[in-house]
Amino acid sequence: MKSTARLWRSPLVLVVLALVALALPYVLTPYYLGLVVKMLIFALFAMSLDLLIGYTGMASLGHAAYFGLSAYATGLLALKLGWNVWLALPAGMLASAVAASFFGLLALRTRGSYFLMITLALSQLMWGIAFGWRSLTGGDDGLPDVPRPRLGGGVSLADGVSFYFFVLLMVGLSSLILYRIVSSPFGYCLRGIRESETRMLALGYNVWRYKFAVFVLGGVFAGLAGALYVYYNRFVSPDYIHVARSAEVLLMVILGGAGTLLGPAVGAALIVALENVISAHTERWVMLLGFVYVIVALFAPNGLTGLIQSYRKRKAGP
Amino acid sequence: MSALVIDAVCRNFGGVQALTDVSFTVEPGERRLIIGPNGAGKTTLFNMLSGAFPVSSGRVTLFGREIANLPANERAELGLARTFQITNLFPNLTVTENLLLALQAKDATAFSMVRLMRANRGLFDRAQALLEKWGIADIADMKAREISYGQQRQVDLILAMACEPRVLLLDEPTAGLSAAEVVRVVGMIGGLPKDMTVLMIEHDMDVAFDLADRIAVLHQGRLIAEGTPDEIRGHPQVTEIYLGAD
Repeated sequence: MKSTARLWRSPLVLVVLALVALALPYVLTPYYLGLVVKMLIFALFAMSLDLLIGYTGMASLGHAAYFGLSAYATGLLALKLGWNVWLALPAGMLASAVAASFFGLLALRTRGSYFLMITLALSQLMWGIAFGWRSLTGGDDGLPDVPRPRLGGGVSLADGVSFYFFVLLMVGLSSLILYRIVSSPFGYCLRGIRESETRMLALGYNVWRYKFAVFVLGGVFAGLAGALYVYYNRFVSPDYIHVARSAEVLLMVILGGAGTLLGPAVGAALIVALENVISAHTERWVMLLGFVYVIVALFAPNGLTGLIQSYRKRKAGP
Repeated sequence: MSALVIDAVCRNFGGVQALTDVSFTVEPGERRLIIGPNGAGKTTLFNMLSGAFPVSSGRVTLFGREIANLPANERAELGLARTFQITNLFPNLTVTENLLLALQAKDATAFSMVRLMRANRGLFDRAQALLEKWGIADIADMKAREISYGQQRQVDLILAMACEPRVLLLDEPTAGLSAAEVVRVVGMIGGLPKDMTVLMIEHDMDVAFDLADRIAVLHQGRLIAEGTPDEIRGHPQVTEIYLGAD
């Protein structure tokens, strides 16, 4: 694990990655560039959930609530009030932060599967509001024609390439912040809570404070992903909040490997790619997602990163 | 001022009366052993003292401060630390990381998201010093779940001691250990600072009578005897419980 960490931090790898990221718009067709944008957005979404699941050990099945709420808030503000991205996007994240604070107060009274159920219930409540409040949200039809972001001062992100760079910048910055958070004393305390909450309490940690903070942080970064996604799709519907979306991002985290930031990002890219390939041939995409889930649970319970680690260990010998 | 005053503590789980009216006082620096047969309520008493569960009724005072209604982490902040009967470590973290979390508990920077963990050299130096002091530097980079059971018990003890508590609760620190490991752990406990108050649950009578300044005997949730090791040794009711005269 140490060698991978060092590898990722080595300047050479970062330079190569940066060059690839810069070259992509000029290599890929607009369609595939769009797919990469989607991968980036979902990578951020999955990493935000991994803060809760992988680092703190809180399995949420309602993470789409913050993704969707921010998408609606950003979309509505951009569409109805004509706010530019510098206003609408933070407003979306703020909405997610407020919702996560409120839901956190309720959900953090529980643990384990009860936590999972209550986060699920709260997100479905949000879904119900989005579905039912037709005059504001357009109900089942959603909100079409959300404009691509304008940066103000006449700079537009309407074309695919500039939008790609915008998303790349946002997701890149967020990844750095998330990396910093999990490497901080706070991040280590989260791992401690995942491993043994009772021991953390006995050592004198105010566990609730850490859990609440990370719950809100996870919501905020999911909110950023949701806001970017509404600009990407130029559309938002109750599907954004639905439990199926929460389950999908959960699968991304588990497939990639919870407890690392890179794992969920890779998991997100894989699922987005898989969805793209498979949905061209069949409508039973969700069923196939189920198969993937079963296979991962059976053969790679620690996800792809876990698989690679155990392979390395076997190779290295006892 | 007494280190710990336990006053008429009761605890019931549903209809089961696990502790009934337990009262005793522990003076600063005392080595207080708590003995009693299985199910006597020893671990329940520890859970009441550490705040893992609330008391049903009664008062607990730590150096004059009422703590019976405080959450566990606030009691720890006041200088109470405990070990666990069932080993309770951070299994997927290394031994060093386990120690870092214990040492960091009282740091104001523990909540910081901006600093880097590895930049806190002082903390790492303190962890390193503990590893060397207790002779476990060779397992520093192993995950807690990968070390032997005996080593886990020792790390459990070291985590509690790392907090430099005023009152330390040890829940059967020698349970399941080999004879050699028992000697080692008893040595660790014997070497604790003299001003640290220690409460210890122990099944091994040799260990208990060897370490104790005073002993409290619990039986079926009640305190049936309390006194110096000599007084307890000659106590008729204690003999009856342990030897079973009927």
